[in-house]
Amino acid sequence: MTAEVTIRIQQADFDIAREIAALTKGRADIGAVVSFSGICRGSEGGDAIAALTLEHYPGMAEAEIGRHAETAMSRWPLQGLTVIHRVGRVAPGENIVLVLTASQHRQAAFEAAEFLMDYLKTSAPFWKREENAAGTDWVEARSHDDAAAARWTKS
Amino acid sequence: MKVKYFAWVRERIGKAEETVEPPADVRTVDDLIGWLTQRGESYAYAFEKPRVIRAAIDHSHVKPDTMISGAREIAFFPPMTGG
Repeated sequence: MTAEVTIRIQQADFDIAREIAALTKGRADIGAVVSFSGICRGSEGGDAIAALTLEHYPGMAEAEIGRHAETAMSRWPLQGLTVIHRVGRVAPGENIVLVLTASQHRQAAFEAAEFLMDYLKTSAPFWKREENAAGTDWVEARSHDDAAAARWTKS
Repeated sequence: MKVKYFAWVRERIGKAEETVEPPADVRTVDDLIGWLTQRGESYAYAFEKPRVIRAAIDHSHVKPDTMISGAREIAFFPPMTGG
């Protein structure tokens, strides 16, 4: 069977169980599904956050995720993957991002999910702005996210 | 060519996109940043630390020395913070 790739950028929340069911429906060749969800925290460095607002670059965001999905499919024996990224206002406790990877065995699914998340953080064109007591601030990129993505290019 | 701005680059410049016709000697992404910076205070503010700014041509990331000839859409934005 061919691999199923789903990439969505949406304002609405997603249902993780429903997305896993859609990925595995009617298939007996999947032995492992890894699910990563990123959730909005209620504080950052001790300061309370009222909400995050996510901006993206329409067109490029889909293209960039698609390029990394293709790389993941060629690098690991995957039966399918799903990436859903929300945009707009997200309150603490709400979902931001979902990555699902399906494979025959767990190792490929774990590694591919981590690879996709590392690249989503550093190269997919999304920007977070946080609402806090002082007003609103653009979230700053973290160097450890760059380091996490860079390790996938080492031989 | 169309130029798009995102996140705090968009806020500092005060617009999300515009169409520009840079002169022929503006050849690279870096040149374009330099040329845009001359257009006014808001641009100078947005590009005050040009090394921080990321660029994309036609939906793909590019480096500052990339040639811009043939580009339909060039975007400038801060380091990404999604995921």
